Amino acid sequence: MSLEAFRAETRAWLEENCPASMREPVAEDQIIGGGKRQEYEPDQKLWLDRMAERGWTAPMWPPEYGGGGLSKGEFLVLQEEMMRINARAPIAGMGFSMIGPTLLDYGTEEQKREHLPKIISGEIRWCQGYSEPGAGSDLASLQTKCEDKGDHFLVNGQKIWTSGAQFADWIFTLVRTEPQAPKHEGISFVLIDMEQAGVTVKPIKLISGNSPFCETFFDDARCEKNNLVGQLNRGWTVGKRLLQHERSSISGLNSGGRRGGRYGTLGRLADIGKEYLGTVDGKIADPALRNDVIQNHMDSRCFGLTQSRAMAESETGGTPTFLTSMFKYYGSEVGNRRLEIQLELMGTQSLGWEGETFNDLEKTLTRTWLRSKAGTIAGGSSEVQLNIIAKQVLGLPD
Amino acid sequence: MALVLNEEQNMLKDAAKDFCTNSMPITQLRKLRDDKDESGFDRDTWQQMVELGWAGITIPEKFGGLGFGHMGMGVVMEECGRTLAASPLFATAVLGANAILHGGSQEQKSELLEQIAGGELLLALALEEGPHHNPYGSAAKAEKSGEGYSVTGSKKFVLDGHVADKLVVVARTSGSAGDRNGLTLILVDRNADGVAVTRTVMADSRNAANIEFNGSTGQLIGEEGKGADVLDRVLDAGRILLAAEMLGGIQECFERTIEYLKTREQFGVPIGSFQALKHRAAQMFCEIELSKSAVLEALSALDEDSDQVAELASLAKARLNDTYNLVSREGIQMHGGIGMTDEYEIGFFMKRSRICEHALGNSAFHRDRYGVIQGY
Repeated sequence: MSLEAFRAETRAWLEENCPASMREPVAEDQIIGGGKRQEYEPDQKLWLDRMAERGWTAPMWPPEYGGGGLSKGEFLVLQEEMMRINARAPIAGMGFSMIGPTLLDYGTEEQKREHLPKIISGEIRWCQGYSEPGAGSDLASLQTKCEDKGDHFLVNGQKIWTSGAQFADWIFTLVRTEPQAPKHEGISFVLIDMEQAGVTVKPIKLISGNSPFCETFFDDARCEKNNLVGQLNRGWTVGKRLLQHERSSISGLNSGGRRGGRYGTLGRLADIGKEYLGTVDGKIADPALRNDVIQNHMDSRCFGLTQSRAMAESETGGTPTFLTSMFKYYGSEVGNRRLEIQLELMGTQSLGWEGETFNDLEKTLTRTWLRSKAGTIAGGSSEVQLNIIAKQVLGLPD
Repeated sequence: MALVLNEEQNMLKDAAKDFCTNSMPITQLRKLRDDKDESGFDRDTWQQMVELGWAGITIPEKFGGLGFGHMGMGVVMEECGRTLAASPLFATAVLGANAILHGGSQEQKSELLEQIAGGELLLALALEEGPHHNPYGSAAKAEKSGEGYSVTGSKKFVLDGHVADKLVVVARTSGSAGDRNGLTLILVDRNADGVAVTRTVMADSRNAANIEFNGSTGQLIGEEGKGADVLDRVLDAGRILLAAEMLGGIQECFERTIEYLKTREQFGVPIGSFQALKHRAAQMFCEIELSKSAVLEALSALDEDSDQVAELASLAKARLNDTYNLVSREGIQMHGGIGMTDEYEIGFFMKRSRICEHALGNSAFHRDRYGVIQGY
């Protein structure tokens, strides 16, 4: 079918099937994560079920596993049509953005048939067990042990920064299966069911208040043999590929009608400037802050154009792998700058913690600003990203 | 809008890269400088560029041009920027041609555009009267005089001013300096009475001149008092195409620097293995990618005659100003002592960068303009 015909069909289907209450942008952390413990409003479940049935929660995954089987062009049309009516993504999470694409790359047929449909339907929610207290930027030095017990693996150790672990059903994790080997060659990638006594979760409170981050403890946790992804002791390659999927922006419908970029719900910086500082001859009254606002808007716009250009240049419509580090680095840095500028514009009104003297946007900003400091640290710190660009893109020597 | 080149544009880019590398390497600029060449550009090379059709890339076919569009001119400018090529291309084929295209009468268009495309006519835009870009700041007066207008005033930093055959002068028939209304474009023959040209030797060894007009007569381009409408379009096209040239210089400067980082050894290792340099190089890479996107989007907007041309021109010019500034400085710094020598070419980029940054508006100018256009 032609793209135009697909667009018409999609538009009609969305009109008929997207509930009105789902046609409003939401903050990223308000999007449904799914899983056995998820509570749904009726419309949320309806929207999820309808989209999942069509495979449109994972639009470009192969239909034999329940995915939408769309081409890049069709996917972009779907995104546009959803944005057109402000339709949010019905579900999002690591199942879609990380483990699903990785299983498509490295999983056995059995693993794909077992796990992918449950991600697509929202039945199972996933979390990521990578970092450990002693293994952050130097992830390969991880120590969580995974011993071969014949008909299963036994896992002992601790992961940290496991986002959403308190809501997740399964965890994909990097573990050490061969302590004697050089560190990159003794790591395996396994999938573990968290619903067992050997897996416990402890939430971590951040400077911004509550967070989805947790510590995850494995005490003689059991991992089935058929949940080893890729080869034994060759898990580092799988783990790295997953990180590329993590950094890439187009695995799923994770924009959900969000306007104004990542912090759209916090308002347009220029409008905030005019509101909190006033104007002189139509210009934000403080010339230095006005300059900062303009610069940030320009940076964001050029960044957005670069994302579009990367998509246009790429065969698959995804971010070319060599650019994912650039996008992660620049995106997090420009986003952090934006929040700092917003703080300057709003002054002490943006530094309230709670109570009626601060409106909702102001209180949200305080927490978002604090939370955003993680953006240049998590998912590979800015320094690590620059290392990767220097090595893989520019070819600079070790 | 198109952010990637199509096949035809890519072919033009390859041809331009070939030509600039072989016929206009940086050694040519160096020689023009050292010989104190009077024209400041190589006339034979310009002739070849004309034969390739470059002078008429954006001139419609019915006026003798290629009608290839701004994206095409952009890739040519970019390749010229890589080799710091000295030629009349920008002043004549971008600034001058756009002034005639947007402001000229049917007669002027049919007569002059053909000459431009054929390489027979060199033009220059005489706008500035001070050391900072000031589009509406002209105080130079234009008064009706017989069939034409008489111009009196003092223009500075006229790109290609001393080699142009005709000058597009931004003068004023009413209002005072700073007023957008009352500006009038007058086409003055370089050899007209009262025209005194003083070549200014600039740090980048490219052509510029100060020009005095004393009752010099010329013909009206466009409508009296409404010259700003045409001027805005000329300047925005100029900003975008200059940004395209800068993109070329940036990439060439960056690539040479990366190459140096890989080969230069100190303390027994290539200096590119030092993390501080790696990080700065990676940061520059990011800025360059963003710069590319801004230029492509702006060129595309020109081709589509989009209503976003003005804001994209300021977006691109500000961005490319900053990036060229950064990359050219880092280029010298990362080359160390040898980067400071005249013998090495890396220093040429910084000289060119600053001139480009100031021409048609520095970053502060364009940030302000962008904010005004966006309403804050």
